[in-house]
Amino acid sequence: MSAAVATTSTSDSTPAALETGYNFAYLDDQTKRMIRRAILKGIAIPGYQVPFASREMPMPYGWGTGGVQVTASVIGPSDVLKVIDQGSDDTTNAVSIRKFFARTAGVATTTRTRAATVIQTRHRIPEEPLAEGQVLVYQVPIPEPLRFLEPRETETRTLHALAEYGLMHVKLYEDIARHGHIAKTYAYPVEVAGRYVMDPSPTPKFDNPKMEMSPALQLFGAGREQRIYAVPPYTRVRSLDFEDHPFTVQRFAEPCALCAGTGVYLDEVILDDRGGRMFVCSDSDHCEERRAAGHRGTMLADGTVDGETTDA
Amino acid sequence: MHAVPVAPEETPGNAAPADALSPGFADPVLDAQAAFRAVMEALARPGTPQRLPVGLAPPAPLSPALAAIALTLADHEAPLWLDAPLAAKPAVAAWLRFHTGARIVADGREAAFALVSDPAALAPFDRFALGELAYPDRSTTLVLACERLATDRGLVLEGPGIRETARLDAAPLPDGFVARWRANGALFPRGVDVILTAGDRVVGLPRTTTIRE
Repeated sequence: MSAAVATTSTSDSTPAALETGYNFAYLDDQTKRMIRRAILKGIAIPGYQVPFASREMPMPYGWGTGGVQVTASVIGPSDVLKVIDQGSDDTTNAVSIRKFFARTAGVATTTRTRAATVIQTRHRIPEEPLAEGQVLVYQVPIPEPLRFLEPRETETRTLHALAEYGLMHVKLYEDIARHGHIAKTYAYPVEVAGRYVMDPSPTPKFDNPKMEMSPALQLFGAGREQRIYAVPPYTRVRSLDFEDHPFTVQRFAEPCALCAGTGVYLDEVILDDRGGRMFVCSDSDHCEERRAAGHRGTMLADGTVDGETTDA
Repeated sequence: MHAVPVAPEETPGNAAPADALSPGFADPVLDAQAAFRAVMEALARPGTPQRLPVGLAPPAPLSPALAAIALTLADHEAPLWLDAPLAAKPAVAAWLRFHTGARIVADGREAAFALVSDPAALAPFDRFALGELAYPDRSTTLVLACERLATDRGLVLEGPGIRETARLDAAPLPDGFVARWRANGALFPRGVDVILTAGDRVVGLPRTTTIRE
């Protein structure tokens, strides 16, 4: 690499300068008003999918355009933003969206769950319990829980209007008939505040209990499907089940290989082509904080392990 | 370029009342964001008061809080309805039209937001849009200017957004409010939502909140 190139190229580590020529947080204010009205209706009717006029965003559908529009409409200069993708702060999607808001809104960003006021997430709820005053914004691909059972929007809308959710119970029953248990492990349907059946977005069902009576406000944005919905704080969120087949979450046989955390959601990492593998926290910030606090998993590079002496 | 001496301006010939020309938000983008967050938190946590950015001087009898919520949420897609004391002053409608571009509608059923300066005399809820079963979001949000708004005593609130119970002591409220609110709750998921304001305080009552005395 020539010295000339190195001196003229901008480094990724340089703090992003606030972009000029854009409104605060990218969206124009008429769009924000329209989204803000939809958010208020979503909060007033928990679990109901409010239609909204989703805009083209400078990223493709499927990369969180719904979540980005909700975040852009909610966020203010004093907010601290965290963005996670499958639990990780470090993946392309999370890094890009964090940079997007640092550049268009000049907001502070963080990877610490506790320090964030607005958390945009794809497919996980942080392990750290959320607090009052925090807003969790979900990126949602398919907001309609009944869509794969009934493809017509006109029909699913009527089913929601009549609270007719027998179809969903039949689907769960067929799982039991075929597999002996409810086989759905993610996007597991929930009933919100005793009325609407809602898709919690493709979070693992492991995270469903965290939605129940959460102190944080939960907002859901589906850009391509043009729907916004919400779960207010302290709201009942019940995972659908049967008396003789109660809802249960995934359990992991071993703790996180890096931080020895238990009771957390783990990702499987393939190490080689001879069956070698490890299980590590999906929530990267949670794992890092535990390691910083001195917790050691069996495969952490420094060789010390929680609860064992290290004079090997 | 020739320097043309300019005579000092004569006294303005504009006959419009000065308050109809009073400015909107000092910072339209950030003030609207702050006001929205206050309203969003208020509706998400019924019975927990939030603070609106104040500083507006709208034409009387429009209160600064009602004005801030109108400027934050109303536009050409979200029409406004004014109660009788507000509708009686043309400067109010002129100010709102200028700053929001919203239509001022006479029929409450066409309104996205109803601005109510005299809550005691509020028309029955069914004079406003209650939404449809398939589209319960197509309903009017009533924004009330109260004189007193306390949350340490009074009516008992329960429902989504409230951990156990919350309290609300607001006055004036529409006549027979508790019974009317119960009837509104029976329509769920249809129904109106209410935003109560007093001074710079705002408290939300989404349709899911139950109220008992």
